[in-house]
Amino acid sequence: MPRTQIEPQFPTERLSILDSDGKLDTKLEPKLSPDDLKRLYRAMVLGRRLDERMLKLQRQGRIGTFAPIKGQEASQMGSVFTLTPTDWMVPSFRETASMLWRGWPIEKILLLFAGRLEGSQPGPEQRDLPIAIPVATQLPHAVGIAYGIQYRGEDAVVMAYFGDGATSEGDFHEACNFAGVWHVPVVFVCQNNQWAISVPIKKQTNSRTIAQKASAYGFPGIQVDGNDVLAVYAASREAVDKARAGEGPTLIECVTYRLGVHTTADDPTKYRADEEVKAWEQKDPLTRFRAYLEKKKLLDGSVEEQVDEEIARAVERFEAMPPADPLGMFDHAYAELPPDVAAQRAELAVRLEAAADATAPAGAEPVSPPMRGQRRTSRWQN
Amino acid sequence: MAKLNMVKALNLALLEEMERDPDVLVIGEDVGVDGGVFRVTEDLHRRFGGTRVIDSPLAEAAIIGCSVGMALYGLKPVCEIQFSGFAFQCFHQIENHAARYRQRSQGRFHCQMVIRMPYGGGVRALEHHSESEEQFYAHIPGLKMVIPSGPRTARALLVAAIRDPDPVVFFEHKALYHASKEEVPDESEAMPIGRAQVVREGRGLTLVAYGAMLRVALEAAETLQAEDGVAPEVIDLLTISPLDRETLTASVARTGRAVIVHEAPRSFGPGAEIAASIMEGAFLSLEAPIRRVEAYDVPFPGFAREKANVPDVARVLAAARETLAF
Repeated sequence: MPRTQIEPQFPTERLSILDSDGKLDTKLEPKLSPDDLKRLYRAMVLGRRLDERMLKLQRQGRIGTFAPIKGQEASQMGSVFTLTPTDWMVPSFRETASMLWRGWPIEKILLLFAGRLEGSQPGPEQRDLPIAIPVATQLPHAVGIAYGIQYRGEDAVVMAYFGDGATSEGDFHEACNFAGVWHVPVVFVCQNNQWAISVPIKKQTNSRTIAQKASAYGFPGIQVDGNDVLAVYAASREAVDKARAGEGPTLIECVTYRLGVHTTADDPTKYRADEEVKAWEQKDPLTRFRAYLEKKKLLDGSVEEQVDEEIARAVERFEAMPPADPLGMFDHAYAELPPDVAAQRAELAVRLEAAADATAPAGAEPVSPPMRGQRRTSRWQN
Repeated sequence: MAKLNMVKALNLALLEEMERDPDVLVIGEDVGVDGGVFRVTEDLHRRFGGTRVIDSPLAEAAIIGCSVGMALYGLKPVCEIQFSGFAFQCFHQIENHAARYRQRSQGRFHCQMVIRMPYGGGVRALEHHSESEEQFYAHIPGLKMVIPSGPRTARALLVAAIRDPDPVVFFEHKALYHASKEEVPDESEAMPIGRAQVVREGRGLTLVAYGAMLRVALEAAETLQAEDGVAPEVIDLLTISPLDRETLTASVARTGRAVIVHEAPRSFGPGAEIAASIMEGAFLSLEAPIRRVEAYDVPFPGFAREKANVPDVARVLAAARETLAF
């Protein structure tokens, strides 16, 4: 028998519509209304400006570690823009722009990065998961939600975000495999920003593309210019519509670049060359989109100012919030606190009260509650 | 009342809950057409179809991870991990996500799900098929850890676990699956999670056990009564977390002595927590140091040596007699 070729079920496409030189493929240009284009731009600017503000807040110690998105605004906004409020969004930890678009208040995002879980509480109707810190582990959740949608016959899709590093994790592969087998309405959006902290994509995978990995799981993958918001939008529109129509999952690889740090805890100058960053700065998704809108005479000069004002007000609201009540840590540990844990909560409440009452006269009752079964006298006192 | 073995009793609980609530579904490797390798899910596939009784690809992390997603969406998955020894491939989904979503989302989402897994030794199985690792789950806040000891408690606790709004890890001892039959009420029965049972009232000594070790403890109690004139009280813990400290300490406050029996390795195991709890709650009633009888601190040694590793009646008797003679 001769060796034969098995053609892949899904060839890997690459999509680019508006390149960094401003060249536009008008045949592929998505039909977005002027209003939609303006809203997209505003959302990208909001993501960028909040990122810059948060970096300052972090350096000033007013919030903690977070993962900046600078450079990835087009990947996030082009994709999330295709969802309706009844669709689900499953973020990783670097989706500030997508989260803002989905209605997360700025002060909530700040709260989360100030170490308070109140900041990761979605609104009552909001179909977004809180951000996931472990890498790739949120992807099976997206597939499970999509299974639920299919199970109940609901008209909704799930969009799940992750980075290039996540594609090395078992959970990515298991999620893709289950999604393919179950043929569920999920869109996997990989923001391939070239670096998983200090490890470049070349050391992350030997695949030519991340998009092609979908082929192994029996659904299409497409690579797009992730700094081209029109291309990300077009690919996402198609994937979301297909998922909604019962045509199963898609993997979208957005080839983009993280212009800043991985998180505020690392220093990228240690592991990557300035020239590389400079080259990618030339491909800044905001600059490119701004030029496109200018040509269409759709730019309203006050977008940046409005956005900064919105951020400033949110920062004020965030800083005016009362400090975290330590007892809050018990609030959502269980549906109903088990007796043990309720006792631990009571113990902390007593301590807090005593600390608040530190001005009490000497000789007041000790702050520790009595141990169960504690004897009133002890041998050495007798 | 029907007399059922533990497999049939668990199957009945699943059937009852799936009939009661269309959001309950079953997922795992071989749980569908095959009815589970231990037949716990037998016939469910025929009754409820493949979208509710899901034969999943072979991947523990995705079984639990996708079930977390289903639970966040509002379904109530009952997942089967074929053997508890393979649960470490999904441990991160249990610890990082199932146990935390309620807190992480500040009550907006929760994971109402049950993770069933066979555990324990004594059935001459391969490596990773005999371990008792309940301590890992009991140590995770946000989770509940339940271990029935026979058909009736298995059925009633599985029903309760499926209805529990928090994620429950549910251990089923392989040696108990077909060990005996027990009367199980015709009406659906749910037992409260978090409560231990005094299964044998007594004096002079409290034996604390759960799962397959309950039978060992009960047999030891019979022998002690016959040969030593001591009628020990025997507690079946049923829930490892949250621990029913009240029942434990009330018993030891009456009896003055305690011996704890479990199959998990000794160090940092449930016995340590139980002993500490008794110390805190009934220290002044203690007539002797609390003794523990557990598996040794070695990886499960293969079935040729499992009898020496898993506690047996002789070891419990020796510990009890030392305690009584103190």
